[in-house]
Amino acid sequence: MSKTGKTGLSRRRVLKAGAAVVAGTVAMPAYLRAQGAAVKIGILQPVTGALAFDGAQGQIGAAAAIKAINDKGGIKSLGGAKLEMVFGDARSTPEGGTAEVERMAAEGVVAIVGGFASPICLAATQAASRYDLGYIVDVGVSDQIVSRGLTNTFRFAPGFGIVTKSALDNLVTINDAAGKPAKTVVLVHEDGLFGSGLAKLMQAELPKRGFEILDTIAHPTPARDMSNVALQIRSKNPDLIIPSSYYGEFVLLARTMQQQKIKPKGVFCVLNGAASNYRFVKEFPEAAQNVMDCNHWYDPRNAVAQALKKEVDASGKFFTYNVALNYSGVLLLADAIERAASADRKAIVAALASSTFAGHIMPYGPTQFIGGQNTGAAPVNTQVQDNDIKVIFPASFADAKPVFPVPA
Amino acid sequence: MTSLDILAAAVLNGLMSGAVYALIAVGLTLVYGVLHIINFAHGAILSAAMFAAYLAFQAGVDPYVAMVPLALIFFGLGYGLQRLVIGPASHGDDRNILLITLGLSIVIENLLLAVFNSDTRTVDVAYGFSTLDLGFTFLAVPRAVAFGVSCLVAVLLWILLAQTDTGKATRAVAKEKLGASLAGIDVAHIYAVTFGLGAACLAIAACLLLPTYYVHPRVGNAYVLVAFTIVVLGGMGSIPGAIAGGLFVGVVESLSGLMFGESLGQLGIFVIFILVLLVRPTGLFGAKA
Repeated sequence: MSKTGKTGLSRRRVLKAGAAVVAGTVAMPAYLRAQGAAVKIGILQPVTGALAFDGAQGQIGAAAAIKAINDKGGIKSLGGAKLEMVFGDARSTPEGGTAEVERMAAEGVVAIVGGFASPICLAATQAASRYDLGYIVDVGVSDQIVSRGLTNTFRFAPGFGIVTKSALDNLVTINDAAGKPAKTVVLVHEDGLFGSGLAKLMQAELPKRGFEILDTIAHPTPARDMSNVALQIRSKNPDLIIPSSYYGEFVLLARTMQQQKIKPKGVFCVLNGAASNYRFVKEFPEAAQNVMDCNHWYDPRNAVAQALKKEVDASGKFFTYNVALNYSGVLLLADAIERAASADRKAIVAALASSTFAGHIMPYGPTQFIGGQNTGAAPVNTQVQDNDIKVIFPASFADAKPVFPVPA
Repeated sequence: MTSLDILAAAVLNGLMSGAVYALIAVGLTLVYGVLHIINFAHGAILSAAMFAAYLAFQAGVDPYVAMVPLALIFFGLGYGLQRLVIGPASHGDDRNILLITLGLSIVIENLLLAVFNSDTRTVDVAYGFSTLDLGFTFLAVPRAVAFGVSCLVAVLLWILLAQTDTGKATRAVAKEKLGASLAGIDVAHIYAVTFGLGAACLAIAACLLLPTYYVHPRVGNAYVLVAFTIVVLGGMGSIPGAIAGGLFVGVVESLSGLMFGESLGQLGIFVIFILVLLVRPTGLFGAKA
C-alpha cells in the first residue's frame, strides 16, 4: 500500500519536489552572477543648503549617465551588471559631505563621484580615502584637493590653477586685440576656499600681465545684500570687474551693479556660478548681456552632449556645466570599473589612475591623471551674446568673436 | 565719489536693509512678547511666504499687489497653526511649544524642498532696476519701497496694539496671562492672533524682498539669525526695540562691511551685540526688571 494521501502525492514525490526547489534556490545566485549583480556607485551633491541649485544640477548629469550606461547593457566585464546610484546630500557643508561618505561606504558603494564645492570635496575625498574609495571630483576647483597626496582622489575637471592661467591668457589676448582699453581691475570673490584662493592667484598674476588691481572685495555666501560691494566698485571705477562667486550671489551682484548704473568696459568672470548659466541669461538678459566667463563647459560639437542638452532643456531644467561634468565623471568611473572587471575598490582606484578615457562630453583630450589631476582637462571662455552663451576661446571651439570693450 | 558720499551711501544702504530686518524681527518679538516663546519656525515661514509671493508672481500678480492678500492669508495660516497645532500639541508647556516650532520649521522646509526642489529662483519685475538719483548715490526703487512699507507696517502695528481692543487684550495677556483670562479675555484667541500677526509681517517682508532677492527652500535662514539678534538687542518682546534694533543692525552691518570687508560686516553685528549685552543685558528697549 503506497502512502498516498487524498491529493495523490506520495511522501517520496513531495521530498523530490522539495529537493528540486532547494537545488533551484542554491543554483539561483550563480544565475544572478551571470547577469551581474548591481554595482553601487556613490553620487555626492549638495542638494539642500546654499549650494542646492548646483548640487541638483550635478545630480541630473550623474543620473543621466547611469541611465545611459545601464541602457547600453551595464558593465559588460561584470556580466552586464547595472550601475545603481546611492545618493548622498552633502547639505552644502563639509561635515554633511563627510557624513554621507561614511554612510555610502557602509552601504557598499565602490567609488564616489561629485562634491561640487571645494570645502565639501576636500573633506569628502579625505573621508573616502579611509575606505579605499575612489573619488572623482566633479567641480571642486581648489588645487589643495589634488595636492595632498591622496591616491584615491581624481579630479576630472581643471582646477583653478589651470583655469586662472587660461583665463588670464585669454584676457590678455582679448584686451590686446582691442588696443588694450582695460588697465585697472576690481576683484570680487566669495570668501570661501574657492573664491579666496582664486583671488590670491589673481592678485599675484594680474600685475605681471600689466593690470593694476584697485581693490579686492570679499563677500560671504549667502549674502543678503550687495549694495556696499557695488558702492565700492563705483567709487573705484575700474575698467574691468573680475567676480568669482556662486550663482545666487553673482545674480545679486549683477542686479545691484545694474541698479547702481555701473558700466565697466568688461565683466570678466572666472569660474563664476552664473555667467555660464542659461538660467541667468534667461532670467536677467539685460544684466547678463556681454558678461564673459572662463569656466567648465561642454563640447558643443559632441553629439552626445547635444542630445543630453536637448533632453535637459526639454525637461524644463537648465543645461549647466555641472550636468556635463557629472555625466562625464560617471562615464569615466564606469570605464574604470569595466577595465578593472571587478567591484573591488582598490582595483577601481588602480584603473582610474591609469585611465586614458576619451568617451566623455567635455572639450578635453583623453584623460590622464598626474597626482590626481586630469592633465587633459581645460576650461573655455564664454560670453553672453544675444541671450545665448557663446564660446569665444579657444578658437578651435569658438562659435563667436568676443565683444570687448562692451558698448556703453 | 568722495569718502563722505560713500559713507552716506553706506548708511542709507544699511537703513534700507535694516528696515526689512526690523519687519522680520517685529514678528518674532511680538510672538516672544505675548507667548513668551522663541518661534523657531520663523525662518521657515519666511521661506514659505517668499514662495507664496513667487507663485503669485508666476500667476501674474506683482509682489506689491500680492502684499495685502498674502498678509491676510498668512495671518489666517499663522492663526490656524497656533490654534490647531501649536496650542493643542503643546498642552500649555513652553518647552513643548519650542520643540513644536522647531519641528514645524523642519516640516515646512522639507515640504518646500519636496514641492519646489532646491533650485534658486528669482523674478524680473519691470521696476527691478529702477533707481532714484540722490546725487551722491543711486537708490534702488524696490529698496526704497521696502523701507517705506516696513516703517508703515511698524506704525500700523503700533496703532493696533495701542488703540484697539484686541491690542489692549494682547498687551494684557503679554503682561499677566492668568489675570487677563480672569478678566474674560480669550487667551487662546489672543495667542493665535499674535502668531497670525507675526506670520503676516513675514508675508509682507517676503513681498518686499522678492523684487531684489532670490528664493529657495531655506532662504529664510539668511534672515532669521539676524532677526534673533535684533530681538535680543532691542529688548525681547519690545516692538520699538525691534524697529530701532533692526535699523541699527542694518547700519552697523553696512558700515563694518564697508570698513572691514563684507565678510566681516556680519561679524560687526555680533561684536556690537555682545557689547550692548555687556552694558545693558536686557537689550536697548528691554524692561530693567
